[in-house]
Amino acid sequence: MTTPVLSSSPRRAATSLSVLLPSVCVLAGAALAFLMFPYDLSFLTRIVIMMIFVVSFDLILGQAGIATLGHAAMYGCGAYAAGLIALHLSPDPILGLAIGAVAGAVMAWISGLILLRTHGITLLMISIAMTMVLQEAASQARWLTGGADGLAGITVSPLLGLFEFDFVGQVAFIYSVSVLAGVLLLCQILISSPFGLALRGIEGSASRMRAIGTPVYRRKVTVYVIAGAIAGIAGALTAQVTGLVGIEVFNFSLSADVMVMLILGGAGRLYGALIGTLLFMVVHHLAASVDPFNWLFVIGFMLILVVFVLPKGLISLPTRVTQLLRRT
Amino acid sequence: MGDGLAIVGLTKSFGGLQVARDLTLTLPQGSRTALIGPNGAGKTTFANLLTGVLKPTSGKIMLDGQDIGSLNEAARVRAGIAKTFQITNLFRDLSVRENLRLPILEREGCTHHIFRRADGWRDIEAEITELMLELNIQSLADKPVRDLAYGQQRLVELALTLAVKPKVLILDEPAAGVPSTESHLIVEAIKRLPSDLSVLIIEHDMQLVFEVANRIIVLVNGAILMEGTPDEVVTNDRVRELYLGAAHV
Repeated sequence: MTTPVLSSSPRRAATSLSVLLPSVCVLAGAALAFLMFPYDLSFLTRIVIMMIFVVSFDLILGQAGIATLGHAAMYGCGAYAAGLIALHLSPDPILGLAIGAVAGAVMAWISGLILLRTHGITLLMISIAMTMVLQEAASQARWLTGGADGLAGITVSPLLGLFEFDFVGQVAFIYSVSVLAGVLLLCQILISSPFGLALRGIEGSASRMRAIGTPVYRRKVTVYVIAGAIAGIAGALTAQVTGLVGIEVFNFSLSADVMVMLILGGAGRLYGALIGTLLFMVVHHLAASVDPFNWLFVIGFMLILVVFVLPKGLISLPTRVTQLLRRT
Repeated sequence: MGDGLAIVGLTKSFGGLQVARDLTLTLPQGSRTALIGPNGAGKTTFANLLTGVLKPTSGKIMLDGQDIGSLNEAARVRAGIAKTFQITNLFRDLSVRENLRLPILEREGCTHHIFRRADGWRDIEAEITELMLELNIQSLADKPVRDLAYGQQRLVELALTLAVKPKVLILDEPAAGVPSTESHLIVEAIKRLPSDLSVLIIEHDMQLVFEVANRIIVLVNGAILMEGTPDEVVTNDRVRELYLGAAHV
């Protein structure tokens, strides 16, 4: 292998303002939402957590082109790990978050070593099968997971020893938004890095990447582990905020929802993951409140519309409008 | 000076079908060798065996005296064997500069960096500019590859492969699909390749072959029919019969 022979110092990514932009946008939007919807904070917190989960999926699908339907595996492991830690070891939320990240990363590493040797339909099927196995294992291991009843009674201590999780959900919301801002900053740095460029290369043409000497499989496993850690964080947050972890954290429908959210917003751009999640969750909330049995019809219609009219997701709407205006 | 590439008894079979038969040849450093043969002769299979896309059934591939036969595709690139694709295979959504940045970052062992900017190395940026100047594509630097003419894309393909600084460069039909008005750009680019680079050109366009190669290997049914200078090949009766057609004998 060639030894790096670089003489100049690389510029630090953190110095670039563009790297901070997604996090700043999220913080500003969250502040606005906090003021406008003070009694809907628990719903807003669910949206924020789901955004973290979808951003993690964007890292593998949008950046590296790895399409799976088993992302809930990492989310679920993170949720169970944080729940178990809070129940049996320490109620500290930051420790729970870290353990959730490790659990997600370990699950991603173990499963990624097998999954990422495949692609296409095989990858989709194996990833679904993996979450099914995990769900069944969680259901059977009652002594550890509580089985179908789940882990209940999870409580966490005050955040940083100072901020008690309140009934309205203000601390939980601020805590989740802070984690999302941190995750976005990390992802933005990663995307701007040589590793991020290599991922875009793999997404564009894995065969060409091999032909320039890239160990494609190793790079895929690495990003899968990073995404798994972030998904694990999302799962841990869910456990801490809701105080409950059920076997449905491994549901296939959760993985499918995440994919739908990303496609709606636009894969490959972090903002797409945020917009898609927001839209999906809000439409789901509103449609389900109008018709609890047929809300999927609205989501399905919305997905068809976006896929046909804006194949690159809602994030591409301004570009598409500009193109249409130029034509006219 | 290295020894170049030496291939000894290379054989590849798919079940009962033998697609490479006991191929033995050398590509000395700095040589310009063309591999010709009718469709189905096994030229692309041979290139795939050299680059590690296919594993040989038997035989050795030695680069500068080292057996590289057991290395995978990416490791062979790092060892010094690179190829251009028959059908352009580029990162279409990336700009020309970003396309060239990738192989250089990879060559320098930088693509595992997560906390540094991809465009943060001045040396690498300077090398990209130099490479674009060599191939006369500097005016295309910031254009997405998908917006380029096919001839220009072929030049980017060549630049991308040169960026890994190979010892042996395999050009798989470098002028395929390029309009005749642009093919001279490819010929000129090949002629300007570094003199210490071993080049193997797989090509149907005999005019291009005679312009750039000083040695030709004729492959038929996975076996070497003959090798020699362009003059020797063109006057060989068996080649004329098998490759150029019986009417030429």
